[in-house]
Amino acid sequence: MADTKTVAPKEGAGTRFWNWLTETQVWTSIFRHDRPDTDRGRVLVMLSNVFLHLHPVRIRKSGVKLRYTWCMGGLSFFLFLVLTFTGLLLMFYYRPTLEYAYTDIVGLREHVPLGIMREMHRWGAHAMVITVWLHMFRVFMTGSYKPPREFNWSVGVIMLVLTLLLSFTGYLLPWDQLAIWAITVGSNMARATPFLGHEGPGAQLLRLGDVPLIHAADDARFALLGGTFVGEGALLRFYVLHCVGLPLGIAVLMAVHFWRVRKDGGISGPL
Amino acid sequence: MADETKPDTPAPKIVPQTGEATAAASTVRSPVAGATASAPPTGANPAATPHQTTTPAARPAAAPGPAAAATAGAHARPAAAAAPRPAAAPLPDLAGKTTSVASTGGAAAARTAPAPATAKAATRDPDDSSPLLTRRAWLGLAWGAFSAASAAALAATGRFMFPNVLNEPPQQFKAGFPTEYGVGVDERWKEKYGVWLVRTTDDIDNHVPGFYSLSVTCTHLGCTPNYLSAENKFKCPCHGSGFRLTGVNFEGPAPRPLERVRIVLAEDGQILVDKSRHFQRELGQWTDPEAFLKA
Repeated sequence: MADTKTVAPKEGAGTRFWNWLTETQVWTSIFRHDRPDTDRGRVLVMLSNVFLHLHPVRIRKSGVKLRYTWCMGGLSFFLFLVLTFTGLLLMFYYRPTLEYAYTDIVGLREHVPLGIMREMHRWGAHAMVITVWLHMFRVFMTGSYKPPREFNWSVGVIMLVLTLLLSFTGYLLPWDQLAIWAITVGSNMARATPFLGHEGPGAQLLRLGDVPLIHAADDARFALLGGTFVGEGALLRFYVLHCVGLPLGIAVLMAVHFWRVRKDGGISGPL
Repeated sequence: MADETKPDTPAPKIVPQTGEATAAASTVRSPVAGATASAPPTGANPAATPHQTTTPAARPAAAPGPAAAATAGAHARPAAAAAPRPAAAPLPDLAGKTTSVASTGGAAAARTAPAPATAKAATRDPDDSSPLLTRRAWLGLAWGAFSAASAAALAATGRFMFPNVLNEPPQQFKAGFPTEYGVGVDERWKEKYGVWLVRTTDDIDNHVPGFYSLSVTCTHLGCTPNYLSAENKFKCPCHGSGFRLTGVNFEGPAPRPLERVRIVLAEDGQILVDKSRHFQRELGQWTDPEAFLKA
């Protein structure tokens, strides 16, 4: 009688390796759900991923229509990421002091490989200002500022101001003639701040007898420049604001903004 | 008809069985076309056989009748064989897996040109509404391009961290004429170039008067020792290693003497110190002619 023997299904080395890999502790600690081929699986992907959890599981069909959204919000965010990344790289070479600031900027073009890094940062900044404005325009034209989205509109207005301030503070850092005089002119506006600018309306009212409380060395402009003119203090102050303060603020507001987009009925569109 | 792809294949028997196929047999575009023609249900085309066992179900909208199995199963290989097709045609291994192409399979199956089909291969049927790229091919292309761009950006970023110009003192410098130095340790180059220039009347290894240049890097953990003129020694402030003026270690944890660097006379008679070349006493290198300048 012929021998019968059980033959296991043949598995290639690749299959065996894959089975082993997906059962390791490292793998299962990273990928905690099955492939997203069911509704439940897709929900789990979104909920268990810190980068995706701001996203809704589903979106309205109009939400992916370029003609409807212009993708301007997404482009603004993308440009923010680009600017963060290129800015981080520039920080490796730039020193915000009177002695080095300008020569470091020249060195970034002449001495460092990929001399367009600074240009990418510069043009990206211009582009972000444009896309943020266009995003605002689109939101206005689609009526997406109406309740319950008025809160998010306000958050967006603050982020618009922060974007402009980021652009303004970054303008000084090359420390060339254009930068110094542009900031001189721009910061002169702070002189006219009501009550808090020494040339502003009401500032003269804040005084103790003959002693003015608001003067050139303690008003809003001084707080911005760290001095009475655009000098070393202004350069360092603008650098810290540009690289740390303003990006942190806008990043927090972006989280709120994206979260509210989702909570208030998705990207634009009727509720 | 489509025998240009498989010259040894018998004339396809299936074509007469599908009326529309016969009617439209004029051009080649879809990969299905070659498949139908060259892979009769008899399995005469060996290249097509493996596919027949695996994929027929994937293409429910393929040509009706006996042609269906052959059309569905044999799509891939003949498509590759009919090489001179438009660049925009679906990738061979992807073409059969999408319904967009498959839905026109019945008609497309027959749009097979009489030889030479290559001449007409570049033309696209005006009525053909199937996409130039399948969804899968397009996504593959897009992800491939994105990955390539990302990899290039990453590489460029890595390169960015290595500047082409350094604001550091050069490795070699001219230290003036020998007559400018008296016997003993000269500290004038320590700050900028990191060397002591020492003039001796009798060197420990060369036994003649002359110059040597000591690197100011401690051989223990790399701090910079101080020259203590009152005690006539170099003393490292980090862990207390001490060195004679010759550079030889005598106290503390330093395991070996300070290193000397290349010192020669330049053509103009000045002393040339070159830090790019070091000489270690424990390796017997201090007697090298460039480790000591006789004077």
